[in-house]
This record gives sequence, C-alpha cells and structure tokens, in this order.
Amino acid sequence: MTASLTNVEVDYRGRGRVLGPVDLAIGEGEIIALVGPSGCGKSTAMRLLAGLEQPTRGVVQRQAGRGETSLVFQAATLAPWLSAAANVALPLELSGLDRRTARDRASEALARVGLSGVDASRPAQLSGGMAMRVSLARALVTKPRLLLLDEPFAALDEITRRTLADDVLTLWAELKPAILFVTHNVEEAVYMASRVVVMTAGPGAIAGEVAIEAPLPRPAGFRVTETFRADAETVSALLAKGMERAA
Amino acid sequence: MKSLTALAIPLVFIAILLAVWEAVCRLSGVPAYLLPPPSAIGASLVEGWPLLLSSAWNTLFTALTALIVASLLASGLALLTALSPVLERAIQPVAVTLQVTPVIAVAPLVIIWAGLDHPERAVVVLATIVAFFPIFSGAVTGLKAADPDLTRLFDLYGAGRLQKLLRLRLPSAVPFLLEGHKVAAGLAVIGAVIGEFVAGSGGAQGLAWRILEAGNRLQTARMFAALFVLAVMAALLHALLQLAERRALVWWRGR
Repeated sequence: MTASLTNVEVDYRGRGRVLGPVDLAIGEGEIIALVGPSGCGKSTAMRLLAGLEQPTRGVVQRQAGRGETSLVFQAATLAPWLSAAANVALPLELSGLDRRTARDRASEALARVGLSGVDASRPAQLSGGMAMRVSLARALVTKPRLLLLDEPFAALDEITRRTLADDVLTLWAELKPAILFVTHNVEEAVYMASRVVVMTAGPGAIAGEVAIEAPLPRPAGFRVTETFRADAETVSALLAKGMERAA
Repeated sequence: MKSLTALAIPLVFIAILLAVWEAVCRLSGVPAYLLPPPSAIGASLVEGWPLLLSSAWNTLFTALTALIVASLLASGLALLTALSPVLERAIQPVAVTLQVTPVIAVAPLVIIWAGLDHPERAVVVLATIVAFFPIFSGAVTGLKAADPDLTRLFDLYGAGRLQKLLRLRLPSAVPFLLEGHKVAAGLAVIGAVIGEFVAGSGGAQGLAWRILEAGNRLQTARMFAALFVLAVMAALLHALLQLAERRALVWWRGR
C-alpha cells in the first residue's frame, strides 16, 4: 500500500463539511483517476495525501519522506526567476543535495520528459505544454513513490493534453510510481487509469469505482475500442448518479 | 515616424504655451516680479547655471542618500516582520501612524534632534521618512505575495523557514520592491525639497533653498529657473528608475 484515506472527513470553519467520509487505498504502482463535480473535495483529498492539510476525522497514511510524494498542479507553478533546470532541481536542493548534482539530475529529468536543451530557459520563454513538462520533471526528479496530479492538463489544448497523457504513462512505465490524478475529463480518466474513482458532489464521498482492465500503458487505438467506450459510459453514469444523490 | 509625432505633439504644445506666455507678459506690462516672461527665465537660467547645477546636485545627493537609507531600513524591517508575526503586529501600527503623520509636522522636531547647526542632516532624515513607506509597504506586500501553490510545494519538499524566505518569498517580492523604490525615489526628492524649505537656512544649499532665497529677493525669474531645474531633475530620475525597473523585471521574468 502506498497511501490511503480511512474514514476521512474534512470540515472547514464557516463552510461545514467539504469532504467525506472517504475511504481510498492506493496500491504500489497503481494509477487512480479521481473524477467528480467541482467542489466535491478532490483537491482536498490530494492535499491530505501530500500532508499539506490534516483531516478533521479519520486516518491518512501517506509517503511522508522527503521527495517520496510529489505534486503537480493545474498550472505549471514554476518560479519565474529560476531557469527550467533550477526549477526542476529545487526539491533536491531544498533537501540538501549539492547544487551541481541537483542540476545534473534536473537535466536528466528534463531529458526524460522530452525537454533536452531548455535547461537555461526561463518559464516565460516556454509554451504552456513545455512548462507543464518542466513541472512534471520537477515532480519526478525525486523519484517519488506517490505522484499526485491535480488536474494537470486542464489548462492545455486537446492535442497537448493527449500527448502529455501518453508521456505520463511512458514515464510511469519507467519509474512505476503510484499515481493519483484529479480530472474532470472522463475520457482522460479512462485512458490513463487502472482504476477510476468517482466522487459525489460536495461534501464528496465515493460514489463508486470502475476498474479499467486494459493493460498499461495503453495502445494508441485504445480510445476507439468498445471497452474504452463502455468504461467511459459506466464512469459517466456513476458521475450522474453522484450528482443526483447530492441534489 | 509614429514616435516622432508622439514627441513633437507635447513639444509644439509647450512652444505655443511659451509664446503665448511671452506675448501676454510683453503686451500687458505685468511686472516681472509677478510673472516674468520665459525669455527672462531663460536668461536667469543661463546666468545662474553653475549655482543651480550645484544646488541641483545637493538636492539630488540628499534624495539619493535618503533613498539608500530608506531602502536599507524599510527592507530590513520588512524582513523582520516576515520572520516573526509578533514583530509584524508590533511594527505595523507604528509604521502606519508615522506614515499618516504629515512629515512637515515632524520636521521641527527632526531639525532640533539633528542639531540646529546641521540642517543637511535633518533634510536627509525628513526625505528618508517620506521615502521609507513605499519601500516598506511594497516589501511587506511582496513578501506575502508568493504563489500559494509554489508555497505548498516548498512545504511538501520540507523547506525550512529560512529556505522559504530566501528562495521563495524574497524573489517573489522583487517586482513589489522595484515598484516601491521607483515611487520612493520621486518621494525622496519631494522629501528633500520639503526638508530644505523647513530647514529654511543656507546650511542646506539645495534647489529649494535657491527658490526660497530668490523669493525673498523677489527674483521671480530665478525662482522659475530653479523650479525648472527641479522639475527636469525629478523627471529624469523618474525616467531612469522606470528604465531600471523595466530592465530588472526583464531579468526577473526572463523576458
């Protein structure tokens, strides 16, 4: 088990319950897509697993060692004053690794996400897709056991997001971290995940989950198969049910 | 071509204004001590140029000294408030109270403290007080302006308080600090002029003193000439700082 939420609830002062009760277990090397309507607490669940928030009730088990959990946000969230390599090296340097080794490993991580030769570029000089790859490289540079992706492709165009989804799967095949990613896009969830967990509207609870049987990484034509369509419909139906329950 | 037109329009407007001013003075016979014609102001400018230039340098030197002192004090205090919420709560009200107190009301006290024989010190202190706040409030705001998600990442990667300050909060504050310094530079000149006026003695030989001196002697053309030099100096300083801010932002953002 890489991480888990057990009977977890989160209350915010003035807003009442925003999440839970939720039970979610993330196995070694598993890719889980978390889908649900806006405000259902998906990002809160992410922050709990990252240790950035504490639950009001319940137990969170997570990878708490330095660099063992990484996080990628919807925006690339790069420091504009640092080069791409310096941004990627940041987690290593913060953990005390010497600058030269950190930069070397950052260059390798950038090359792994297909960005050789941009080490010295600043975020403002990169396209949205490239900046997101830098963000991905930063998340992977520590070789995390759990990678949390909070709507990482939401701000990108369709072609870029599909390419990046494939890249994430290729990187996963190399490093095999467990991945939990939040998305609003049902097709993206079915394409990338080994398991899709559907949440109800806020306060979010688990409405159900769908195991995607096709082996990872998926072949190029997976999006047009009957299995893909059937799984996407099941997830959509669960999502609709979750919304009804909230209404 | 477009930029030439943009430059020509205000120049033509100023030329027309000066021509009308000159004509009104000559035709109406208004006394020169009341409203001197531009030609008399020009002559006074040429005649008093060496003295005006050295006075301008005095005022500029005072303003720049005040800017440096204010920068060090304001940035240092802002850093302290960033390190400790208790210090922030202690310093903020004092800073705000000082800010809303008119500097001219504090001036007599500063002159006494600086020593009546050293009006130039009082002028620097007064200009520093005026220049302090834009830098302080810019720095305080900037130190709190780090991207919340980037801050979360620093937390996730186990960054300590000092690491966060040096590697996240300080760099995030750079645009705010630059803006604060740009505003403060203009205010330092104003502060220096106010200080010289209040000091009201030949000990502070800046442009404001030249204006006072010429006013006392009813040399209105000389007053205008000093005023002109002061305005040009302030405009040049502002332009210089704007350029520096733009360059520094390009360096900060990488383009």
